[in-house]
Amino acid sequence: MTETKTEELVGRGNKEGADLFREWFDDLADHAKRGNGAAYVFVMGSMAELLHVFDFPLVLPEITSLQTAVRRVADKYLAEAEDYGYSPDICGYVKADIAVQLRGGDHPMGQIPKPAIAVMTNACNTYIKWAEIWERMYGIPLFVLDVPATRQAGGQFQPGSSDFERDRKYVEAQIRELITLCEQVTKKKFDIDRLRETLGYANEMNKGWRRVLELNKSKPSLFNAVTDGTVYLGVSNNLRGTKKGAQFFKNLVEEMEYKAAHGIGTQIEEKYRLGFVGVPCYPIFRRFSEMFTEWGGNFVHSTYLNFASGGGSMGYEYDVNRPVESLAEGFLISVREAMDNMFHQDRVVIDWVKNYDLDGVVYHPIKSCRTVSTGLADGRRAMMAATDIPSLFIESDMMDKRVVSEAQMKNRADAFFEGLASRREMAKIAQS
Amino acid sequence: MAYAAGVDVGSTQTKAVIVNEAREIVGRALIDTGANVVVAAENAYNEALKSSGIREEEVEYVIGTGYGRYRVTFGNTQVTEISCHARGAAQMFPGTKTVLDMGGQDTKAIRVSPKGEVLDFCMNDKCAAGTGRFLGAAAAALDIPLAELGNVAMKAERPVKISTTCTVFAESEVLSWLGKGKKIEDILWGVHLSIASRSTALLRRVGIEDEITFTGGVTKNAGMIKSLEQALKTKLNVSEDSHFMGALGAALFALDHILAGRVPAEVKETA
Repeated sequence: MTETKTEELVGRGNKEGADLFREWFDDLADHAKRGNGAAYVFVMGSMAELLHVFDFPLVLPEITSLQTAVRRVADKYLAEAEDYGYSPDICGYVKADIAVQLRGGDHPMGQIPKPAIAVMTNACNTYIKWAEIWERMYGIPLFVLDVPATRQAGGQFQPGSSDFERDRKYVEAQIRELITLCEQVTKKKFDIDRLRETLGYANEMNKGWRRVLELNKSKPSLFNAVTDGTVYLGVSNNLRGTKKGAQFFKNLVEEMEYKAAHGIGTQIEEKYRLGFVGVPCYPIFRRFSEMFTEWGGNFVHSTYLNFASGGGSMGYEYDVNRPVESLAEGFLISVREAMDNMFHQDRVVIDWVKNYDLDGVVYHPIKSCRTVSTGLADGRRAMMAATDIPSLFIESDMMDKRVVSEAQMKNRADAFFEGLASRREMAKIAQS
Repeated sequence: MAYAAGVDVGSTQTKAVIVNEAREIVGRALIDTGANVVVAAENAYNEALKSSGIREEEVEYVIGTGYGRYRVTFGNTQVTEISCHARGAAQMFPGTKTVLDMGGQDTKAIRVSPKGEVLDFCMNDKCAAGTGRFLGAAAAALDIPLAELGNVAMKAERPVKISTTCTVFAESEVLSWLGKGKKIEDILWGVHLSIASRSTALLRRVGIEDEITFTGGVTKNAGMIKSLEQALKTKLNVSEDSHFMGALGAALFALDHILAGRVPAEVKETA
């Protein structure tokens, strides 16, 4: 290990990720200035691989909304949407975006272009209702990709079966319709070779992402899945299917392999390895993480990294020789995986307990997203029945500071760690 | 003889307890927290010392707990009230498997091991419904002293159903029942039943297992004990000192610290 190499590599992913993120917003502001319409897409199946072929700037409204919370101005955006008439009880992402639209695209990170098209899946029921608002505002076309058999918890049809092939063809037919719509909106002819290119980059990105997640089994763990992981997730969404995105993950793998080889962990002395289930608490993003790191707890994995990566499958590799067919296949698999990680997360968490050697699991239901939060109580019970691992159920929100009580959250986190410490002490006594 | 202390700075009241090596309470104090949390902690501790007749120098270790635990400036360390209530309850009632702590601003359901370790816990969220504050709001609306609330409520014959889950709206609901000519005791018992129902739901989230020990300031309310026992269909463990359970648990953790730090005499001699 040389000091120069360590300096060059350690922390590079966070820096490059932040730079790329900034660049993405600058690029969006440039498009807004020139009056270019964007494709509005979502993190659970963005179809970025196809939309890049038509040179659409991509806006991920979930990300632009959460950035208002990270930058501590979400309250103003939420209030504006509520003053307009939206209920305090609906999705905070929707309301922040409505305020961005009402302000003509004004966002703390720069101007956001208006939509020219919105593409979504049925993975989240709010996606469709949200996009209908843009349709009413701008008269743009919406395209809903109906992904079949998404809620069967690993019981879905698998590649090789005739049932799977029937589902795949159903998705492929929709993608071909989407291609036609994109041609109409952009007045550009579909270029299948460019699709081969974007699929190739997506393959490289997915391969890198899988490796990075796998490497966090290292002891100590190499990155915090909630704080650092969210930076990587941003790139995985914004630059899916691009050369820059593929290069970022190649570099990230290099950094993580170096850290793993030299036993370089995060900046804390790791005492407890934790799993995180749900969406982060963006209004107090750093502070939330500190409530755990100050006790030596590091999040080594998060379901968020699996279900919100824009459509990256953990196992599938696109076949560039049959691009549209393969895009349908990969899309079908990755959206189903995202759904499993969101709604049936007990299966994946039970697997982490063993493979990532977890000491505890933190469940974070959020008030303004019932879709992601509703099943967490069941998931937690199933996980506790299957393992001997303690868990913490801590509720707040991903956007709305009015329902985030830092003192109460810290109290619960402290009690959780007191329990973990006492459990470890008892185990030591039992062994001696 | 070693002494240890626990100071529980709650949102409404601050409690201090001093224990001896036999884990017996030898001093206690209870005061209103007020606006100055640091002073409240000091005052409660000084009063507990006075009631025990022990000098401050004799207390070897002090632990702060409760929301104001970091403001117990003279304390050696802090432990959350969740762990402290569990520990105190297991000491006072060794058969305890579930603890319900009802304080001024929150209610906690805790599942504990026989040694008093926290196995799981659950609390009311940011809202104060189902806590002591809910009773306080009803007492204020009906102009009845808090201490008499339970006894008045237990005279009810036809309790009303309080449907709101919001402490602020509870006050208006109470007033609306008064406007409809309902008796005060029937309204109050309705308030108690509403809190008991919310608390039972909280307990179910961690799993209800006998024995259940009731702790916190609301244990002073006989009506609350009765309504909870009805809802849970079991007798609750409650003592005169249940209000002090958090402070007792903190004092016991402090005693653990003292005892763990002691080197047995024979080891000392050979060293």
